Amino acid sequence: MEWETVIGLEIHTQLATQSKIFSGASTAYGAEPNTQACAVDLGLPGVLPVLNEDAVRKAVIFGMAIEAHIAPYSIFARKNYFYPDLPKGYQISQMDHPIVGNGHLDIEVDGVTKRIGITRAHLEEDAGKSLHENFHGLTGIDLNRAGTPLLEIVSEPEMSSAKEAVAYMRKLHELVRYLGICDGNMQEGSFRCDANVSVRPKGQKEFGTRAEIKNINSFKFVEKAINHEIERQIELIENGGKVVQETRLYDSAKDETRSMRSKEEANDYRYFPDPDLLPVIIDEEFKAHIKANLPELPHAKKLRFKTDYQLDDESATILTTSRALSDYFEAVHKASGCEPKLCANWITGDLSAALNKADLEITESPISHKRLAGLLARITDNTISGKIAKQVFEALWQSSASADEIIAEKGLKQITDTGAIEAIIDKIIADNPDQVEQYRSGKDKVFAFFVGQVMKEMKGKANPAEVNKILKDKLA
Amino acid sequence: MSLTANDVNKIAHLARLGIDAQDTESYAKDLSGMLDLMTQMSELNTEAVEPMAHPMDQAQRLRPDKITEENNRDKFMSIAPQTEDGLFLVPKVIE
Amino acid sequence: MHTKSLSELSHGLQTGEFSSVELTQAFIKRINQHQDLNAYITVTEELALQNAKAADARIANKKADALTGIPVAQKDIFCTLDVKTTCGSRMLDNFSAPYNATVIEKFNQAGAVMLGKLNMDEFAMGSSNETSYYGAVKNPWNTNKVPGGSSGGSGVAVAARLAAYATGTDTGGSIRQPAALCGITGLKPTYGRVSRYGMIAYASSLDQGGPMTHSAEDAAIVLQTMAGFDPKDSTSVDLPVPDYSVNLNQPLKGLKIGLPKEFFSADLNAAMATKLSEAIDEYRKLGAEIKEVSMPNLKLAIPAYYVIAPAECSANLSRFDGVRFGHRCENPVDLTDLYTRSRGEGFGKEVKRRILMGTYALSTGYYDAYYLKAQKIRRLISDDFKRALTEVDVIMGPVTPTPAFGIGEKMSDPVEMYLSDIYTIAINLAGLPALSIPAGFINDMPIGLQVIGNYFTEAHLLNIAHQYQQVTDWHKQTPKGFE
Repeated sequence: MEWETVIGLEIHTQLATQSKIFSGASTAYGAEPNTQACAVDLGLPGVLPVLNEDAVRKAVIFGMAIEAHIAPYSIFARKNYFYPDLPKGYQISQMDHPIVGNGHLDIEVDGVTKRIGITRAHLEEDAGKSLHENFHGLTGIDLNRAGTPLLEIVSEPEMSSAKEAVAYMRKLHELVRYLGICDGNMQEGSFRCDANVSVRPKGQKEFGTRAEIKNINSFKFVEKAINHEIERQIELIENGGKVVQETRLYDSAKDETRSMRSKEEANDYRYFPDPDLLPVIIDEEFKAHIKANLPELPHAKKLRFKTDYQLDDESATILTTSRALSDYFEAVHKASGCEPKLCANWITGDLSAALNKADLEITESPISHKRLAGLLARITDNTISGKIAKQVFEALWQSSASADEIIAEKGLKQITDTGAIEAIIDKIIADNPDQVEQYRSGKDKVFAFFVGQVMKEMKGKANPAEVNKILKDKLA
Repeated sequence: MSLTANDVNKIAHLARLGIDAQDTESYAKDLSGMLDLMTQMSELNTEAVEPMAHPMDQAQRLRPDKITEENNRDKFMSIAPQTEDGLFLVPKVIE
Repeated sequence: MHTKSLSELSHGLQTGEFSSVELTQAFIKRINQHQDLNAYITVTEELALQNAKAADARIANKKADALTGIPVAQKDIFCTLDVKTTCGSRMLDNFSAPYNATVIEKFNQAGAVMLGKLNMDEFAMGSSNETSYYGAVKNPWNTNKVPGGSSGGSGVAVAARLAAYATGTDTGGSIRQPAALCGITGLKPTYGRVSRYGMIAYASSLDQGGPMTHSAEDAAIVLQTMAGFDPKDSTSVDLPVPDYSVNLNQPLKGLKIGLPKEFFSADLNAAMATKLSEAIDEYRKLGAEIKEVSMPNLKLAIPAYYVIAPAECSANLSRFDGVRFGHRCENPVDLTDLYTRSRGEGFGKEVKRRILMGTYALSTGYYDAYYLKAQKIRRLISDDFKRALTEVDVIMGPVTPTPAFGIGEKMSDPVEMYLSDIYTIAINLAGLPALSIPAGFINDMPIGLQVIGNYFTEAHLLNIAHQYQQVTDWHKQTPKGFE
């Protein structure tokens, strides 16, 4: 039988605020246990939550970026369950009236674009952490993370392969970072994914029973975990079994998912509106203010790069994955006045490769946009050749000197003096009569030999166009 | 509407509330009495009525995103039943 | 000294007639003499004397406020820094709060002297102060009778002059009902007028703190200190606090008083009806017009309240889990055992009943029939009040169905107990302000008259109460043995 997979993702993004969603404690990662858990985070008797404006703002920014409905009226609810990392015995979340409604995200898989629906995104507070090291057989509870703002982004069950799921997750990861609403640090848990996976016979309309795979925190594991789960379900059904609705945990060491029975026991979350908080009203003024400050979104920027700069699709796509990269590109272009194509090639080529090798972000680039612009300007005005430019680039990476300083210091200036070039060409023609004969008898390939010889003699500093022209004349 | 001892045990488990076995019946009786009181509500048709969660007809106030709280761990730990190395301790959590 | 009004006390302190230390010592002596009333859970003698010394210094520097140096007792529901804060529960018997409630901060800033923490029904759940882990509180008018609840310790502390004034909290009548049964003045302000930060929550959308005093004049002074916007409470209202004392002497001519026919039906106790009509006659003499109003949905207030309050409390009390503070059972074998035993041992029977009721009302399959239905009825009741308050300025009625009942009389039947809240809880559902003032005696036990106003009309309610207290002396009566 042929099977079809249905995948929906729930992604928890930690919003990059300074303080927590309902308290003034810091959200910084990595502090000593419980030093960033204030009275409100600990759920002490009598304390009350007050909502962080920036968390609301960031949720609205996200909603606008996915062209979603922004709820003018949204409500916080209490989700009740007992767990030691949940201090109040309830999580403040949103249920019936989430802040962000229906939106969508376009993904590309194997060159095909697919639109994935986003059902909703809602604000909630993160829980603390249980530390399972041995404290005489007990578990330690650190509540520093408790109360960190989360935006839970729920997709429609519209992905049909692990590959699509990963593409969606990557696209979303890029987007939240681009928008500056989440640092995207997956090791630190800032971007976490749960996957709902089910299979059904191809062509069947009804969904199969789904299993939820919890906390898959890398792109690689998402793909592996989902593929593993698909195989498990198909095998189960083909052997006459039935998929049960349950929560499963992905074990990356064993590359398998296993049932989390401890979380399964009859959960009845008893959601109801949190009486400590009032409805969040988002009026037109609030939205207009955010809209006015909203960065140009990746998709719009990509289109603009293609039309305004005449970039090809690939370059435009790469340059608009992050705001920092596109800003860098535009800054280089503006500072150098060079062809956009040249700027794009250097940024997506040599610079990206060097950054990758050094494991640096564009914001940490040792070559500032001004220094790169300086280099590109010298290429454009023929002061140096493309080949020499690579040497200058190396030197820019190593030092803090400008391209002009490097060119001057190393004497890399291109020779455009035709007299000097002619003299050398004459010498080479005289020294290589055989090759001259071959060329004249129709072997065009030999031309490259002469160019090489001239460049070698001139240490690469001759203007290649000039060399070609003179060589052609003299050999004719 | 009346609740059985078994119902009470189920609700008590949801609320993680220990109840002495000999009291279960009396809770069942008390809760059933409360539920009888509540059946009066169903006599009124409220189909078109908007539920009222809160007496205040106001919007949630938003707080500026500022860190206002300092580390007060020692104070908080001093009132906790069991702690070690700045952590609250609980019986082993099995995932 | 202990019979003086707050303004007389303030005057005495500022003119040097007596010092705050002397005044404080006098009250502490009375507290010790009348321990059998069980009004206090904790007496903070040392702290009180420290406060008093500081107050005397402040008075000497001519920097005194209206409450500087005057001894207050706080309901044990307000968190007090480094002072045991129990909420009347075994769960918090070992809980020394690591911070002050906003209300406590305000009293501290005013230079008030805190005598201690007052007994109350466990987690404010009760109408007789019999559910306290620390035992029942006795009514000074007859020590076999209940003082009302949940702010029973507050009612008794004021009535027996064991504090110059006290604070209370009111979720379904918990200020007004003990005020009525103890013969004192109690005001539940508009929801949002007094900060709830640091006030241990019972039902968050209903809870409101307020003053419990001898007179409306005193209540105005105390509310002046308690009221005000608090950025730490999302449900606190950012409105200026008016001067509550300035209009106390406004004449009441032309005041329109509404009497809901549902309050004055045949069900009302005959003696109570007589006393209330006498009180209303006084208002007629003061120039008020009396009008009947109707609020048809009032009868559903009790069922709606006993869904909503338990639902909210079932979540509010989940934080008491034996992990970070409060009672923890011995040697828990696993997490579930830690939770169920700590909570099972820490909470008393009435609290458990309400947690169970609330959990049930919110659970899958019952939410719509109970919780949602109750919220809709809440809307209808609120609309009834809004409509009535367009026809009249204030609504008057009884506070309790009868005077104080006997200790132990209603403990076996929770529903019977809940019915004693019948005249007070609708006001909390609507979030309106209301006060209870002494309006006479039935069989030597005090009863109260309830005055309900529109949102944020506390100053007007106090004026209406004060005018009555100018022509009556019910509020000046003192129980025998406590003069």
